[in-house]
This record gives sequence, C-alpha cells and structure tokens, in this order.
Amino acid sequence: MMETFEKIEDIEIRLLLEALYHRYHYDFRDYAMSSIKRRLRQAKENMGLATISAMQERVLHDPDMLPQMLRYLTVQVSEMYRDPSYFLAIRQQVIPHLRTYPSLKVWVAGCSTGEELYSLVILFREEGLEERTLFYATDINPDALHQAEAGIYDAERVRQFSESYRQAGGKTSLSDYYHSHYNRCILDKSLRRNVVFSDHSLVTDQVFGEMHLISCRNVMIYFDRDLQDRVVGLFKDSLPRQGFLGLGAKESLRFSTHANAFRDFVRTEKIYQRTDS
Amino acid sequence: MTGASKGAVIIGASAGALEALSVLLPPLPAAFPLPIFVVVHVPSDKPSVLADIFDAKCNLRAIEAEDKEPVMPGAIYFAPPNYHMLLEDKQNIALSNEEEVLFSRPSIDVAMESAADVWGDQLIGIILTGANQDGARGLQAISAAGGMAIVQSPDGAYARAMPEAAIAACPQAQVMSLPDMAAYLSRISG
Ligand SMILES: C[S@@+](CC[C@H](N)C(=O)[O-])C[C@H]1O[C@@H](n2cnc3c(N)ncnc32)[C@H](O)[C@@H]1O
Repeated sequence: MMETFEKIEDIEIRLLLEALYHRYHYDFRDYAMSSIKRRLRQAKENMGLATISAMQERVLHDPDMLPQMLRYLTVQVSEMYRDPSYFLAIRQQVIPHLRTYPSLKVWVAGCSTGEELYSLVILFREEGLEERTLFYATDINPDALHQAEAGIYDAERVRQFSESYRQAGGKTSLSDYYHSHYNRCILDKSLRRNVVFSDHSLVTDQVFGEMHLISCRNVMIYFDRDLQDRVVGLFKDSLPRQGFLGLGAKESLRFSTHANAFRDFVRTEKIYQRTDS
Repeated sequence: MTGASKGAVIIGASAGALEALSVLLPPLPAAFPLPIFVVVHVPSDKPSVLADIFDAKCNLRAIEAEDKEPVMPGAIYFAPPNYHMLLEDKQNIALSNEEEVLFSRPSIDVAMESAADVWGDQLIGIILTGANQDGARGLQAISAAGGMAIVQSPDGAYARAMPEAAIAACPQAQVMSLPDMAAYLSRISG
C-alpha cells in the first residue's frame, strides 16, 4: 500500500523544520504545510539545491543561512491600510469605545515591515488617542522588524497607500506623515514615539500584558488549525472583557475552539470583542 | 461527516469565466459526491459576488472560502479575492497572501499544485477560458500526480490563450466542450 508511506518530500520538510527548531528555536512545525511546502520548493530551486535534505544540512551548519531561510519561511507581504474598510470600521466603531479608557495598549502581532502598525498609529493620532496609547509591534523576523523601525517605503507603493488611507477615512493627506527622499518616503519619526518594537513569537512566547486592541492580520493563516487555537487562546488571555481582536479579511474565529470567548463586533471586517466566558 | 470524500474537482478560469461556469456548474446534481474548488481571476480590491451567484444558480452549495474552511463533499469553494487558495489536506482549505504568481492572486497554478499534492490521482483538474497562461503548470502537476486533466476546447472558449497554454503544457489532457464536460462530471457518482 503506497498510500501508507509518507512522501519523501514531506519527510524532508518535517525533518528540516525539526532541525530549525532544535538548532535555532524557530518553530515552524505547526504551520500550514501547503504554503510552507510551496515556499521551500522555491527556496530549493533558488538555492540550486537538489533536495530539501541538502538545505537542512546547510542551515544546520551555517548560521548565516538563517536569515535567508526566514525570508522563505515567513511571508512578508504588507500594505498600509490594506482593506480600507477594516480601518474605517476601527475608526468609526472601535475608537468610540477605546475613547472611554484613560490609557490604552494596542498590540500589532506579526507586524512585518510596519505598514499595519503605522496605519493604526496615524489613525489613533487623528482621533486624538495617540498620546494615551502604547503600541506593541512584534514579529519573529528580525529583518522585518528593522524595516518596521525604519519606516521607509518606496514612493510607488506609498501612492497606493495614500489612496487606501483616503478610503479608510483619513482626515488629511498621508503626505502629512512623511517626507520624500528620492524615490523613498520616510515616515515621520514622531509616529514611533509610543511604539515598542519587539521580537516575540506567537508560537513559543507568552502573554506579555493586557491589551485593549489586538490587530493580527494575515498571520494566523500560515498556521495549522491547532496552532491557531493556541494563538487565539493567547489573545484571549491578553484581552480583558470587551477588548478587541481584529483579523484579516478572510480569517475567522468560526472554526476556533475559543469561538465563544468572542462575539462578532463588526462581522464583515472580522473585528471581534472579548466576552465574559 | 466522517473521513474525506473520494476525490475532488478543481477548476481554473479567467476572462469569460462567468459564462463558462454558468454552463458547467448548474447542471451538476444535488448529490454530486465531490468537493469542487474554483479559482477565478477576480479584482483584488473589491468583494467577489461569484459564490452568491452560483449558490443561487446551482443545486450545490457555493461558498467563498475562508481560511481553514472545512471541505465538504458536494460543495463549491471559490477562492476569495486577493488570496491564494491552497488545499492543506483533504479536510481543510488554507489561504495565503503570498506574492502574486503570473500577476494573479488567487493563482490557479498555486491552487492546483497544492490540490495535486493532497489528492494525487483522485483529482480532476479543469482549465477553462482565459487570456493568460495561469493553470498550465498546475494542470501539468495534476497530471503528473496521476490525476485527470481536462481543458475546454479553445475553439469554443471566450479567450483561447489559457486553454491553449494548458494543452501545450499538458498534451495528454482531454479537450472537451463545456456541455460535454458538464455531462462527464454529472456521471460521477459516490
Ligand atoms: C503576511 S505578514 C502580515 C503583515 C501584517 N500583519 C499585515 O497584515 O500587513 C505575516 C507576518 O507574520 C510574521 N510571523 C510569522 N510567524 C510568526 C510568529 N510565530 N509570531 C509572530 N509573527 C509571526 C511574519 O514574520 C510576517 O511578518
């Protein structure tokens, strides 16, 4: 029975992820395999390697390979005000609740290169809440975190961001928040005044505080169902009653074991609110 | 539901997709035993109405997939705008917002390659009308894994480039008209 044997490539991938965990403590073992497999095939091709086992040998013995591996194993795709309707809903429906607190904590989990974080900081500034808010921006990819801290984006991308900013209910022009240098847009460093950037893994690290809003968009889609449950559990423990959790446009708590710890707050935008249970 | 169904169908379409799918999907019987995954190139900046349209037109339930959507036999799953749709295993769909492939997200190739990994020789892959090359690689992967490859005959297609590219990449594919394809699928029983 061929069926009962695992495919060689699947074995190799499992072993590679195991090796990465034991050698570097990066834990991709419970990520969604369909996408990991695709990206490892790309890595294998681009590195000119014959097998994934060969990649394992390299990365075990050569720590300089790690950043390159992380580029394949994490997906760094982000935009400012991606899905403007999400940010509009935060502005119009979540902000009025947050306004009632004297101080606020916001966690952008899996912040990548910073676009989602800055979208929120600008929104909070325009709503007069930035001063009383502490933002935590976390990720496992050090290169992405550095870029997030730098806050510099290609002018061509920023043109798209500006349009989305407008659709998201932006009050002025996005250009009020950056200056241009050649074909780069450099975000105003005052936007980072209340931001803490930090290396934090949703898989291997713990809760680090009580949050009023957690925005975690298109990060958990890369996790398998059990790992998603663990991470939603982490969010549940980080949110007081009535705290908010925002997910990506096609993510859902419907399939989560923690579903009844949350209620739909803005159903169409995947914004949830913590309940008592 | 216990266990996974016996196989699956995956369909890729681009320009002219709505008309072609309107010939192919509505005739399928309510008892159709396999899940059907459909990837259409839709604009990334607005909601897609495909699932609603076909849910109304078909005997089968049509849904736009969300991440980790459970796979049910006899349901039609559309890839959502701006995400790739992958088959994680026989029970679950996984979404991804990785870079566009051949300028497309969702990409037919990405969906078909992952489906071929999961379903192997139990998969039927279909390429319909379209004005690009997406799906050629995916169909080839399906065929290489022992699955069945079907292509809409370019002469009857609204846009012939995609079927032609698929035939070139996968010469062993069966070339059929839409009504023949509908009849072929309708004969599949549990
Ligand atoms: C597709 S990006 C999403 C970026 C941003 N949230 C957005 O929506 O634009 C996914 C991010 O999740 C990060 N990530 C992956 N695994 C993680 C983990 N275990 N803990 C924290 N972040 C993780 C990746 O490094 C990457 O930056």
